[in-house]
Amino acid sequence: MVGIIGYGAYIPRNRIKVEEIAKVWGADAPSYKKGLMLQEKSVPSPDQDTITMAVEATKNAIKRAGIDPGEIGAVYVGSESHPYAVKPSGTTLAEAIGATPDCHCADFEFACKAGSEGMFVAMSLVKAGEIKYGVGVGADTSQGAPGDALEYSASAGAASFIFGKEKILAECHHTHSFMTDTPDFWRREHQFYPSHASRFTGEPAYFRTITGCATALLEKSKMKPADFAFAVFHQPNGKFPMTVGKKLGFTEAQMKQGWLCPTLGNTYSGASPIGLTAILDVAKPGDWIFMASYGSGAGSDGFIWKVTDRIKEVQNMAPHTRAMLDTERRRYLDYGTYTKFRGKIKLRGE
Amino acid sequence: MSAPKYWREIPQRYRFEAAKCKKCGKVSFPPRIVCPECRSREFENTRINDKGTVETYTVIRVAPTQFTDEAPYPVAIVDVGDGVRVLCQVADCGPEEIKIGMSVRLEFRKVQQEGHGGIINYGYKCVPE
Repeated sequence: MVGIIGYGAYIPRNRIKVEEIAKVWGADAPSYKKGLMLQEKSVPSPDQDTITMAVEATKNAIKRAGIDPGEIGAVYVGSESHPYAVKPSGTTLAEAIGATPDCHCADFEFACKAGSEGMFVAMSLVKAGEIKYGVGVGADTSQGAPGDALEYSASAGAASFIFGKEKILAECHHTHSFMTDTPDFWRREHQFYPSHASRFTGEPAYFRTITGCATALLEKSKMKPADFAFAVFHQPNGKFPMTVGKKLGFTEAQMKQGWLCPTLGNTYSGASPIGLTAILDVAKPGDWIFMASYGSGAGSDGFIWKVTDRIKEVQNMAPHTRAMLDTERRRYLDYGTYTKFRGKIKLRGE
Repeated sequence: MSAPKYWREIPQRYRFEAAKCKKCGKVSFPPRIVCPECRSREFENTRINDKGTVETYTVIRVAPTQFTDEAPYPVAIVDVGDGVRVLCQVADCGPEEIKIGMSVRLEFRKVQQEGHGGIINYGYKCVPE
């Protein structure tokens, strides 16, 4: 059996409210809040990026795994906001945790499902016996163009998972991937902000893809939604995951713990992986967890996890995800500071 | 910072690696070639704590070019135990928040970058606990 032996998350301290963004663009904040089921989102500090958050999340995962990082055989970082166009994020992460030099490393990119791709590949290499431990990270500091609907949701965060065959805290019993060529969201080379096909991102893209993956995964596992204690789906806004989950037969009670988007925003590659960390923080031995990511372009990776007795030993070894999300140290930014932090203001000479 | 210098300092900047004197036990951070206490040249590798307290600080209001976006910001001397003090920027903390005795931890951050086309220098800063 292969599974998660350590997990960790990282959420930056800064937040911006929907009202603050809507005020600048003359938009109706209540309708955005209702339409997107979103109150506020996280914002990285100017000295934070995908790499820094991946490192902090992985340090938390190592605390829970209790392993020698030198035995990690693969490090995969999934993101659509890697700081370099050419130079891996994973090498910096591997150096920071002490996994170099005998380690395989690659950066993944598949819009918002790059994180679950990294998880799938790292776990598969462990399962195949190629490596002892593998790390899969989903992290993003994504951008939405000023005034675009994406600006209300594009946020920052990271989740990291270490996979192994011993000391498992959540066994992986089934996986399934579903993928088609569906151009709902993209960013061309050298473009600063992504583009999207508005409502096309919904029914033919997000809903069709997640439903296709989840339905096949349930059939493959011969399980039904009622068998699960928790379910988590990719959350580009607050509304989509609840809608797709209910269509599949899951209840709000099953989805609530991993449903972070209303106060976190869309952490892209980190979205469903961070939701999974919030679930593992409270899960009990024997609980079944259903997970389906989504990446525009478009694809979905599905996982069925079964929590083991070890979960109780590790839950408090690192900060809980909801504690980071709801911390009293949240710092609310005005729009001007937010644009400065996100590099949206072009200075002389740039 | 040049790429070779940055690369040489990765163990201390990324992993907080320090040198512990095999003769007298003094921990040097960053690592040294000669122990400042007993002049020994034999060390073992160790790591400093990632938690500490602010011993003293100053607030930078007129910052060097790479840091103008972040001004005003505190820079502190942090006691991390084992006789080691670390000088570093305090992130996510305004001048009005920093206090002597404040509990902090070292976090992985971008320290500076060489313009928009150069390498990004990562390392530690401290953040309030």
